[in-house]
Amino acid sequence: MTIGLGHYLSVGAILFTLGILGIFLNRKNVIVILMSIELILLAVNVNLVAFSSFLGDIVGQVYALIVLTVAAAEAAIGLAILVAYFRNRGSIAVEDINLMKG
Amino acid sequence: MIIQAIFFYLFAGITVASAVMVISARNPVHSVLFLILAFVNAAGLFVLLGAEFLAMILIVVYVGAVAVLFLFVVMMLDVDFAELRQGFLNYLPVGALVGALLLVELLLVVGAWVIGPDVAKAITAPIPVPSDISNTEALGLVLYTRYVYYFQAAGIILLIAMIGAIVLTLQHKPNVRRQNVAAQVARGRASAIEIVKVKSGQGLS
Repeated sequence: MTIGLGHYLSVGAILFTLGILGIFLNRKNVIVILMSIELILLAVNVNLVAFSSFLGDIVGQVYALIVLTVAAAEAAIGLAILVAYFRNRGSIAVEDINLMKG
Repeated sequence: MIIQAIFFYLFAGITVASAVMVISARNPVHSVLFLILAFVNAAGLFVLLGAEFLAMILIVVYVGAVAVLFLFVVMMLDVDFAELRQGFLNYLPVGALVGALLLVELLLVVGAWVIGPDVAKAITAPIPVPSDISNTEALGLVLYTRYVYYFQAAGIILLIAMIGAIVLTLQHKPNVRRQNVAAQVARGRASAIEIVKVKSGQGLS
């Protein structure tokens, strides 16, 4: 019943896959896509902290902290873009966001 | 040890189950709430791993800030979410195929993987004995000395994100009157008061 590194890595792999699957399934709903990206970054953090703990190296936790910072910044910017887009178009359908293509 | 295993499976199971609910819930508000549940349970996993500081930061930053930000946006935007769910079942076969392949590959990698023998020599900053020094203190000792540039870069990223979010969402409406402090301060007696002699019975024309 010993919980090893493989258990935590499996949890990280499952979370990562669920994040990818969420991006596939909710192609139209950009809010759920942003939440799926948060899940992917959480999986990365679980991996970093698990390696940090089992290898006995605290640098992994430092990197996890920086990934956390980037994730928070990404969520703020993504939601701000979403709000600005909704003000302009009145909808958040992702498939309509092709106005900037050349 | 058995307690640790029980709590690992509890936290991991709830995390995975709520992650499933995040991507499959009909209502986005429910998605956000399940995201909060997933993050809280991931914080429990971090506590099991001995990373208490990161666990608390996860709760403070994610549950306190990011998830509430998501809630604000979901509730603020007047969006027909039922329409956005059109095509959920169309993408399900391809998505499930890609997801299953990815999961099998990742689990195969996890299963067939060992730590190299010389990894232990390459450790940069070993975790001190927990009875000596707490996890927060150990993290601070490394973060503010050897990795101080990364720390400052993280601060700059947050500053830029804040400025970017403000610039993106701030809008000046042309018909809103704003306070003009310079004009208020520069106002003197000559421009503010006008003395008019009124003769009785005539009034002001």
